[in-house]
Amino acid sequence: MRIELKKRDGISTLFAILSPFVALGLTLIAGVILFIALGKDPVAALYSFFIEPLTEIWSLHELAIKAAPLILIAVGLSVCYRSNNWNIGAEGQFIIGAMAGSILPVVFHGWQSPLVLPLMIVFAMIGGAAYAAIPAFLKARLNTNEILTSLMLVYVAQLFLDWTVRGPWRNPEGFNFPETRNFHDYAVLPRIIETGKTHWGFGFALIAALVLWFIMRRTLKGFEITVLGQSARAGRFAGFSDKKMVYFAFLVSGALAGLAGLSEVSGSIGQLRPVISPGYGFTAIIVAFLGRLNPLGIVAAGLVLALTYLGGEAAQISIGITDKVTRLFQGLLLFFVLGCDTLIHYRIRLVFGAAQKGSAA
Amino acid sequence: MENHEIEIPLLETRRLTKIFGSLKACDGIDLAIAPGEVHALLGENGAGKSTLVKMLFGVLEPSGGEILWKGRPVKIGSPAQARATGVGMVFQHFSLFEALTVAENIALALDGNVPIEKISDEARRLSVDYGLPLDPSAHVADLSVGERQRIEIVRALLQNPELIILDEPTSVLTPQEADKLFETLAKLKAEGRSVLYISHRLEEVQRICDRATVLRHGKVTGACDPRQETPSSLARMMVGGEVAAISGAGLGEPGEVLVEVSKLSAPARSPFAVALKDVNLTVRAGEVIAIAGVAGNGQSELFDVLSGEVTVSHADQIRIGGVAAGRLGITARRLMGCSFVPEERHGHAAVPTMNLSGNLVLSRYASDRKTFLSGGWLGLINTGPVATATKRISTDMDVRKSLVDPLAGSLSGGNLQKFIVGRELDRQPRVLIVNQPTWGVDAGAASRIRQALVDLARSGSAVVVISQDLDEVFEIASRVAVINEGRLSVPEPVATMTRERIGLLMGGFHDGAGHPQPEALHAH
Repeated sequence: MRIELKKRDGISTLFAILSPFVALGLTLIAGVILFIALGKDPVAALYSFFIEPLTEIWSLHELAIKAAPLILIAVGLSVCYRSNNWNIGAEGQFIIGAMAGSILPVVFHGWQSPLVLPLMIVFAMIGGAAYAAIPAFLKARLNTNEILTSLMLVYVAQLFLDWTVRGPWRNPEGFNFPETRNFHDYAVLPRIIETGKTHWGFGFALIAALVLWFIMRRTLKGFEITVLGQSARAGRFAGFSDKKMVYFAFLVSGALAGLAGLSEVSGSIGQLRPVISPGYGFTAIIVAFLGRLNPLGIVAAGLVLALTYLGGEAAQISIGITDKVTRLFQGLLLFFVLGCDTLIHYRIRLVFGAAQKGSAA
Repeated sequence: MENHEIEIPLLETRRLTKIFGSLKACDGIDLAIAPGEVHALLGENGAGKSTLVKMLFGVLEPSGGEILWKGRPVKIGSPAQARATGVGMVFQHFSLFEALTVAENIALALDGNVPIEKISDEARRLSVDYGLPLDPSAHVADLSVGERQRIEIVRALLQNPELIILDEPTSVLTPQEADKLFETLAKLKAEGRSVLYISHRLEEVQRICDRATVLRHGKVTGACDPRQETPSSLARMMVGGEVAAISGAGLGEPGEVLVEVSKLSAPARSPFAVALKDVNLTVRAGEVIAIAGVAGNGQSELFDVLSGEVTVSHADQIRIGGVAAGRLGITARRLMGCSFVPEERHGHAAVPTMNLSGNLVLSRYASDRKTFLSGGWLGLINTGPVATATKRISTDMDVRKSLVDPLAGSLSGGNLQKFIVGRELDRQPRVLIVNQPTWGVDAGAASRIRQALVDLARSGSAVVVISQDLDEVFEIASRVAVINEGRLSVPEPVATMTRERIGLLMGGFHDGAGHPQPEALHAH
């Protein structure tokens, strides 16, 4: 017996739009089964996971803070994925961007000026872009598989950060904790409104989403990204360069991942630590696909995925389940999103044996 | 064969139907093939011929109707079952592995475990018996298209089939190679085997087939003895009306030189590509130069260097309007007034998943920057003017579509090709270079496209048409050159060119001194 995927003749537009919602629904159903199997009350568990974080102002701020890096990274990734460049290493670009942006407040902490923060942002974007340029160069020049190179560079970045904060950048007044010194006031990303914790990282995310939405929708550059992603040959016929597009896509997504890293360390953490991301760079891949690679859809998807982080923490406290459930929910969601998309385009057919397959005549 | 009316047919279909979504590709087909006859299946592209034979060979599952083999209903569920029943098939597009040898390719298609030496011996014997010279130990990559087809035929014959289906077998052959194929078919027929011969070439059908079934839009529109019909009566059955003849092929005096290719050689860019060897070509304003040749002799490579998708080593090897352009990319050449139509529609000339207006921007954003773009470096696409131009092109070229701006991939081959050609004609290019302009296009659309090419030349542009279709070449060209293994013959006026001469040039016989000289004979 084998399973065949047969392309459907017509694709229902209604279902193409509904697909993310169907995936969300299926994730919830799987969640109910999961909580029952764990011996928890599924209604209470889902409530504390998905509703409770939305009931208070402070947790809405938390939601925005957690959504910001996801949206920033995912918007950049959407450019990559639309142009058929598979950057899986945003987590590494996030870390290197955060480190590059931290050079001024950590190494040159004596220099305190309003110029510091804008320069930190520039450094972070350059750092993230430069780190993304490595897999881009390898792909464009040596035809290396960018999925592998960008993914492996994540581990390099993680270990490099770990070594740096334990070694050269360790806070000399920090009792040997593996942390850098705390950022001074000029190096901290300000809040958007005085009364809440949400910092400008969320603002950057919304601006990036709007700008890229406009580029993708209205400009020749967006057209070029789409054409090269659909067919490199047609792109060359149009006079676009697929090699340049490799660099463009990786540099844009690297810069945005770097900016996300900077926003996180400067706006939320206030210093560098051995671990600065709960896997934002990987979760952003789910965000990008859940948002249909559309920057505005990504804003919504980023908020949903941020909710799973918050819900995980809330459920850990209120009903005592492990925070691994967060990862599980994210995995389920990606699985169902990709599954729904596949089933919209293809029909599954079971074929029993090779000889009897033409039985319906 | 004389009394085939009363015999039980070898293969018969009754009300055979295949539905794809809302399209009835085959609609109640009745067909009967007698033992020992060569039966033609005629029809335009998209008439349902390929769908029908795919059902007979077990590749597609019928939606309705039945297939009878020697009077008994059978279900053919897979190609293996078809072969076991006694049906062999030679596909239009070969399914061969280029890196393997002939014998290995044959072994791959056989069911069961047969030692490769035995296959080699058997293949050698069959190729001798049927006049199909073939070396079982040769690598497929080194073989010509005609030789590759022989592999497919031998592969089918190894199963000792009673019915052999050939799908457009001569579309890739030189006239001489086609003659050889016809001899083989005559031998098969003499042995009492039946042949189902799919073609849209009327002359060869009249020459070799005993009976013909004509399909149009998935239905049988006629069954006849092709020898009793005239080409035009057969064409009427196929097309369902008269096809407009191209008017005014006799063009005026050519003007200034617009394209000049001199001493152009380019190495093969992959192991299976063709190297261009010392190509020289001059194209003047107001003429149509046709480049004939069998597929895979360097046509796409020549197109790529002319379009600038591949640049050449010296700038002055290609001159456009007197300017050395060999190192310029496709956008720069477009800005010099050139337009290009590549052979492959899906994924080269057009992006199938984009709508027509997007596909218009694809090749025109640079040349029509002022109209289609605004906002300076921002490069905003002006949807209004793009939509207007899309509509204008669709009207001018009679592109038939159900939506205002459908996805390119949803159009039929002919309609999409009309749009692609129209997209380039719409800007009145000084130079137009087209590769296989009517490949896979129905007769009505083909005639429209050819007329448009001739009209463009008459208005003073230079047109280069690379084409495998000799009818097309004779219909529209003012001069004809032939490409063979990456070499281009000296263009000759169409008035002094004959099919036989083109056939010789296609086979590699060039004449420098006025009489045929075998320059590069194949070693067999």
